[in-house]
Amino acid sequence: MGEKILMKGNEVIAEAALRAGCRHYFGYPITPQTEIAHYFAKKMPQYGGTFIQAESEVAAMNMVYGAASAGARVMTSSSSPGISLKQEAISYSACAELPAVIVNIVRAGPGLGGILASQCDYFQATKGGGHGDYRMVVLAPSSVQELYELVVEAFNIADRYRTLCMIMGDGMLGQMMEAVEFRDSEDICEADKSWAVTGTGMKRDHNIITSIYIDPEVLEKHNQKLQEKYRKIAENETRVEVYNCDDADIIVAAYGTVARIIKNVIKTAEKEGIRVGLIRPVTLWPFPTAAFEKYAQVPQAFLSVEMSAGQMVEDVRLAVNGKRPVHFLGRTGGMIPTQKEILEKIREILK
Amino acid sequence: MAQTDMIFSGFGGQGIQSAGRLIAYAGMLEDKHVSFLPSYGPEMRGGTSNCHVIVSDEPVGSPILNSATVVMAMNRPSMDKFESYLEPGGILLIDSSLINREPVRKDIKVFAIPATQIASDMGNLAFANIVMLGKLIKETGVVSTENFERALKKVLPERKHYLIPDEMKALKTGMDY
Repeated sequence: MGEKILMKGNEVIAEAALRAGCRHYFGYPITPQTEIAHYFAKKMPQYGGTFIQAESEVAAMNMVYGAASAGARVMTSSSSPGISLKQEAISYSACAELPAVIVNIVRAGPGLGGILASQCDYFQATKGGGHGDYRMVVLAPSSVQELYELVVEAFNIADRYRTLCMIMGDGMLGQMMEAVEFRDSEDICEADKSWAVTGTGMKRDHNIITSIYIDPEVLEKHNQKLQEKYRKIAENETRVEVYNCDDADIIVAAYGTVARIIKNVIKTAEKEGIRVGLIRPVTLWPFPTAAFEKYAQVPQAFLSVEMSAGQMVEDVRLAVNGKRPVHFLGRTGGMIPTQKEILEKIREILK
Repeated sequence: MAQTDMIFSGFGGQGIQSAGRLIAYAGMLEDKHVSFLPSYGPEMRGGTSNCHVIVSDEPVGSPILNSATVVMAMNRPSMDKFESYLEPGGILLIDSSLINREPVRKDIKVFAIPATQIASDMGNLAFANIVMLGKLIKETGVVSTENFERALKKVLPERKHYLIPDEMKALKTGMDY
């Protein structure tokens, strides 16, 4: 590991991507993630890569489709309304099995919404914002250091499975500065990309990257292949942090920056004699169902705390499967749940 | 567990974000856990520029502060907004060259430094934030002057390193005020 430096989350995303071998970035500016594009604009030429500020988010994601088809390590980033615009090409890329990384530094919605931190895009990211039966891996870092590690990981997962990987953060994580320590070199997976459209050189048959399958039998077969891949990903790539859950009176489910607030809550609650556990999904898809199953009978109740009107709580309920009550506390609009209100909610539940 | 929760606030251009970053960087150089969160929301426009900085012996939980142990206010709107954030016994540092009212709170420690005037006398208005930081470091001990100087070298672009001796002089003036 190198020297510790203080860096902004958004800049770390771009730096991590470059270290992971990403040499193509296409994006369109939007608060609160524009620093990602700034950083690439400055650094990408030094790596001999391509930075394009596209004419729109739609164009940027289609450029990603193109670069990924040619076998390049490629990335785009945006924030909520911009990610909505990318959905058509996301679905196409999923069908064409293209590896790429998409960053969503979520802002408060719906609509153009506001620019402050939110987790209101959980459904969009994990349940398919675009059309069709597809999945993408969604990673939710909660610190700047983890942001670095998961961005590198996202490129590897994308290549290993020929899948889309999303990094989902929020304005707080993108804007904050924290210490980060970069490794001297990255463990980059060298995936076989013999499927890429790189020109036959008259030596082989054409490779075809497509998302159109008119024959229903062929399309069903392709769907089955995709589902088998998603099953493998769920088996191998589920990530979760379980903290303080043994003998917990209540287990809180929270991800990203909210999980940080819960860690403060855990300390304060301890002084009152309340043991609070935390299950922090690091992959939002695949969802760490097994961790919830394992602890389902331990606490009196579960509580999902989110910066949304109640999205992940649905997956928590499915995982707990009626064994314990699952409560919800959420703030929206860019408001952030405070330690105080979370503690009050916990006291009320345990009363 | 020792943790210092700081809010830095003032007009855009007073070096508020730099002040916060310098303390965060110096804290990191002391092997503490740190976070720096700038304001990027609608409050930036017109009113105050502010940032939240945490320096702690343990990993930082939420980087957003709902209360603070130290508030450094470099203009009146900042003091109006953040005086109430202070925990009892907290430290309020104000630039008395620009703030003409007394604090309302009686349960906090107040340090009034004419930082803008001092910086102006030194011939560089841009040092006002550093003068304030001198007093902040003196009263909180959150970072050492040695690590502050190392942080300056990290945060300032190389072409501005010639300013560091004067910055350290400004820091000392603030400490001794």
